[in-house]
Amino acid sequence: MGDRAATLTAVLLGLAALTGFTVLFLEIEQQWEIAALAVAAIAGLIAFRKFGGADRMERAAAAYPRVAIALALAATATIAAALHDAHFALLMLATVALYVTVCLGLTIQFGYAGIVNFAGAAFFGIGCYATAVLTAHTGIPHLLVIALSGAVAALIGSFLILPILRTRGHYAALITIAFGILFKTFLEVNDTLGGPQGLKVPPMTLFGWSFNDPIRIGANFEASFYLNYVLLAVALAAFAYVMVRRLEKSWMGLSFDAVRLDETAAAVFGIGVARWKILAFTLGNLLAGMAGAVYAMMTGFIAPTSFTFGDSLILVSIVILGGLGNALGVIPAALLLLVLPEKLQLIQEYRFLLYALLVIAILLFRPQGLLPRRLRAYFSERGAT
Amino acid sequence: MIAPVLAADGLTVRFGGLTALNALDLRLETGEILGLIGPNGSGKTTFFNAITGLYKPVAGSVRVDGRDITGASPQQVCNAGMARTFQRSRLCLPLSVFDNLMIGNHRNLDLGIWTNLFRRRGLRNQYEEYAGIARNLLATFSAPLANRLFDPVASLPMIDRRRVEICRALIGKPRILLLDEPSAGMTHEETDELMDDLLAARAQLPMLSVILIEHEMNLIERVTQRCAVLNYGEKICEGAFREVAADERVRKAYLGED
Repeated sequence: MGDRAATLTAVLLGLAALTGFTVLFLEIEQQWEIAALAVAAIAGLIAFRKFGGADRMERAAAAYPRVAIALALAATATIAAALHDAHFALLMLATVALYVTVCLGLTIQFGYAGIVNFAGAAFFGIGCYATAVLTAHTGIPHLLVIALSGAVAALIGSFLILPILRTRGHYAALITIAFGILFKTFLEVNDTLGGPQGLKVPPMTLFGWSFNDPIRIGANFEASFYLNYVLLAVALAAFAYVMVRRLEKSWMGLSFDAVRLDETAAAVFGIGVARWKILAFTLGNLLAGMAGAVYAMMTGFIAPTSFTFGDSLILVSIVILGGLGNALGVIPAALLLLVLPEKLQLIQEYRFLLYALLVIAILLFRPQGLLPRRLRAYFSERGAT
Repeated sequence: MIAPVLAADGLTVRFGGLTALNALDLRLETGEILGLIGPNGSGKTTFFNAITGLYKPVAGSVRVDGRDITGASPQQVCNAGMARTFQRSRLCLPLSVFDNLMIGNHRNLDLGIWTNLFRRRGLRNQYEEYAGIARNLLATFSAPLANRLFDPVASLPMIDRRRVEICRALIGKPRILLLDEPSAGMTHEETDELMDDLLAARAQLPMLSVILIEHEMNLIERVTQRCAVLNYGEKICEGAFREVAADERVRKAYLGED
């Protein structure tokens, strides 16, 4: 019974802390407060993990999926209500959720199958541009456009995987870097795709309702229109999260791990190494492309400068900071890495310096990341903690 | 006479100018344990790599049950019923014992996206079935190890890692098991223990044929029915261990010319 109480405490504490942190982090303005909060968050996260809180939360969520979904919805609603009229905070929150989605894709590629992808932003960008083109030239419903944009990113990725399969380690990483740079250059010189000026993208519409119309409830509650996009982005991230977790806890996740850890042994036991790498790369890019689609409709305007190599580096840093291969770790890592530079004007100029230092520090002192990946538990027993 | 389960004819592997395996003929009968011995660098592991599809032979053929698998990919070789261990343990250390065994069981797993992502109940039945099989298999080797099914392999001592590696090769029910120096890195007592386990497990699998690469001669004497000796990529002698050990050419290969 004491165990159950501990689990309950861990779950409520963890959830309250994450919710409170998100709201506070997005709202406060004082520079020293932001810095202090970021440091407190990192320390709190490591402590939470150390004392078994994260473990308990994950197991409880796996044992009671419905309760977990309800609590996650409640937390999202709380955050949304607290920030309902803060445009900038909501824009950031939606961006975080979309980056989380892309990073979950990278988790499949990098964390599970071991393919380092330094072109994450490019696949995100492919999703954006696919959406711009599809919404401008066709009448396809926007929900379908999101899925199609993901498919376009996955398709283009499946061409890139061919040279990657023929190389190993650093060389495969170099190919993705080259692709990312090529993609940006291609956009800049391609006039049909807007060149350096970029393209305009219409807002998301769902069954005739435009997302740029804010939600009004009664006379006194009017939310920012960004709230609509926050909800959409969070829904997409939640979908991606559930799928990635299921993927990990299945024979497919096992196959990815086998390919990453020892290609030769995997092949000897009949695992088609190339096939699994292609699958991981495709699934990852699918998520990146879908996130890009929502991003494009949210910002209403896309340009090549949003999809640079630097943005790809941020994505990889998030995955490493969160804990390579741990889907949960991506969430706090994305919050920290994306919001901190926006909030701390002091470091905005030096954000890449900060990222570099952070990645070096992580690799030196905590190579498994803030929330290290745990052993695979295919199914959690209810009641067992 | 029944065809041998494994037949290599004139198998030749070259690395640049070096002939690592030169026109090797070798036969393995069903249910037999064949010892493969020879000095370091004589081509024993190269032979394993050549028949499991890791190296492509430049000449010769390999047949399993009369079916030609020369130059086949490792996956095709695995599907033909061949499984192996490695000289330097190649387990996935961060994964659990169960996960490692399931890698060996890979060709029996249901790998469809639909089952894995959406039909979790079906997946669960499979998982429970295989967890039972894995536990039983481990228990034939070591009862305490069977209780550590969900511990990371990195936390196990060397002898248990070897056991896991052999179980990983056995769980897919191969017809041919290739053991590459299972005693490497272990004490004499541990090696003896491991061989007892192996013989006990084999007693339940009378159709299983084994090729064992070993440097420990008393081990070869104890478990094999027949031995082949390699030197410089060529088979120099074949027969029961006593005959082989008494052979002049074998003594020269190990001890050098007088």
